[in-house]
Amino acid sequence: MSLFLLFDWALAIEKIILVSVVFAITLGVAAYSTWGERKVAAFMQDRMGPSRAGWGGILQPIADGVKMFTKEDFMPNQAERWLYILAPGAFMFVAAMTSAVIPWGTELTIFDKPVTLQVADLNIGILYIMGFVSLGVYGIMMGGWASNNKYSLYGAIRASSQMISYELAMGLSVIAVVMMTGTLSLKEMAIQQPGINWNIWYQPLGFLIFFVCALAECNRAPFDLAECETELIGGYHTEYSSMKLGFFLFAEYINMFVSSAVISTVYFGGYNFPGIDPGWLYGFAGPLVLFAKIFFFIFVFMWIRWTLPRFRYDQLMHLGWKSLIPLAILNMLLTGLGVLLFSK
Amino acid sequence: MQLTNRSKNVVNKKMSFAERIYLVAIAKGMWITLKHFFRKNNTYNYPDTQRTYAPVYRGWHVLKRDANGAERCTACGLCAVACPAEAITMTAAERERGEEKLYREEKYAAVYEINMLRCIFCGLCEEACPKEAIFLTDRIVPSDYVRQGFIFGKDMLVEGVEPEKRVDVSVRQKHIQEKKQAAAAAQ
Repeated sequence: MSLFLLFDWALAIEKIILVSVVFAITLGVAAYSTWGERKVAAFMQDRMGPSRAGWGGILQPIADGVKMFTKEDFMPNQAERWLYILAPGAFMFVAAMTSAVIPWGTELTIFDKPVTLQVADLNIGILYIMGFVSLGVYGIMMGGWASNNKYSLYGAIRASSQMISYELAMGLSVIAVVMMTGTLSLKEMAIQQPGINWNIWYQPLGFLIFFVCALAECNRAPFDLAECETELIGGYHTEYSSMKLGFFLFAEYINMFVSSAVISTVYFGGYNFPGIDPGWLYGFAGPLVLFAKIFFFIFVFMWIRWTLPRFRYDQLMHLGWKSLIPLAILNMLLTGLGVLLFSK
Repeated sequence: MQLTNRSKNVVNKKMSFAERIYLVAIAKGMWITLKHFFRKNNTYNYPDTQRTYAPVYRGWHVLKRDANGAERCTACGLCAVACPAEAITMTAAERERGEEKLYREEKYAAVYEINMLRCIFCGLCEEACPKEAIFLTDRIVPSDYVRQGFIFGKDMLVEGVEPEKRVDVSVRQKHIQEKKQAAAAAQ
C-alpha cells in the first residue's frame, strides 16, 4: 500500500503522455519524410512529384500505408522463419528507441507543474544513442541472413561492415565534443550551447565527420550500397514484402529523423536560438526551432541523396578507414590541445 | 580524319588533395541540384491541364454533320481511295423518304469503319473529301485491350447532333484550306 502511494503517479502519466507524443511525432515525421523525399527528388529533377492523393499529394503516405498493409505477405520457403519475422520488428524497435534521450526543449509549466520535454535525461545520453544505433545492424543482419538469399546476405554483410567501420569514426568525432563539453548527457550539451554559441563553431571538422558517418549509419545515399538495386536487387530486404518491407523502409526514415535530431542537438544548439531571452515564450519556441533544424537536416540528407552517385564498396572502405578515422583522431588531438590551452 | 572537335586527350594526372577529398566537387554538384529545386518545371498535368495543339496535329477522326444535324458524308469512297494504309471501308446506302433530316444527300454511308491500327494519321482523307465531311481532330485515340476495339464504326466517328456534342474543327479546316490554296497558287 505504501509503495502504491509512494509511486509518483503524476510523473508516470506525464512520461506516458510524453512518450506517446514523441512516438507519434517520430512516426508522423518519418511517414511524411517519404512524401518529402519524393517531392524533393521530383523538384530536383524538374518534375511535379506526387500530386494525386490530396492537395499536392499530401495523403500519399496514407495511401502507401494502405498499399503496404494490403499486399501479399510472402515468405520464402527456405527462410529461417522466426528470424525472418523478427528482423523488421527489431530494426523498427531499435530505430524508435533512440528518440528517447533527445531533449526537445526546456521546461514547460503546465498546470503549475514543470514538465521536462525529454523522455529520459540519461547522463550517458550520447552513449545510449551510439549503443542503439550499433544494435540496428542486427535487424539488417538478421533480415539478410534469414531470407536465405545470396543477394540479401551480400546486402547484410555490406551493411554490417559499413556500419561497424563508420561507427568508429562517428564515436571518435563525438568524443571530441564530449572532451569539450565535459558531459555525455544530451540535455547538458544543449544547455551549454545558449544563443548562437553552438558547438559547430568549435567543431567544424568533427561535424563534417559526424555528418558523413550519420549518412553511412542511416544507409543513405551515397552510402546506400547495402540495398543498391543494380547489384543486389534490393539488398537485405530483397525477400521481404508487404508491411515487413514497409517496416524496414520506415525504420530508415525514423533513423534519418533521429540522426537529424542528434546532429541538431550535439552541433547546432538543439532548442537554443539567438535573439530571445529565456522567458515563457522560450519554452514554446524551443521545440519549434529544434524541429526547424531537424527538417533542414532531413532536407540536406535528401538533397545529398539526389545529387551524389553511390560509392563503390572499396571506395567506401577507403574513405572510412583511411580518411575519416585519421581525420577524427586529428580532430580529437586538436580538441585536446584546445581544451588544454583555452579552458580556465 | 577528324570528324568532330569534341575528342579530348586522356590525361592520367594524379588528383590533387583538394580534388581527392571531393568536397569542392560535391559542393558544385549540390549547387546544381539546388538550382533545379527552385526552377519552375514544364509539366502539364495532362488530363487536368492540356496544352494547345498545333493546327497540323492529326488525331481521332470525326465525321461532321451540317448545320441542321444531317450527316455530310455521301459515301463517295474518295477517302478510302486516297488512304495509303487502306484503313477506311464503307458501305453505301440510298436515303429513304423521311430521312432528310439524318442525311444531307440522297446517298449515305450505312457502314463507315476506320481501322485505327492501320491508320497512319496522314490526313489524305480530309484532303480528298469533296464534302468537308471528315476531319482529323486534336483528340487522342483512346487505348483498348483488344484489336477489335480499334475498328471505329460510325458510333465512334460521327459527331453528336446537340451543339455541345459537336466537334470544333475550325482551326484544322482553315489550315487545310490555306494548304489547298497554296498548292493551287503554286500550279
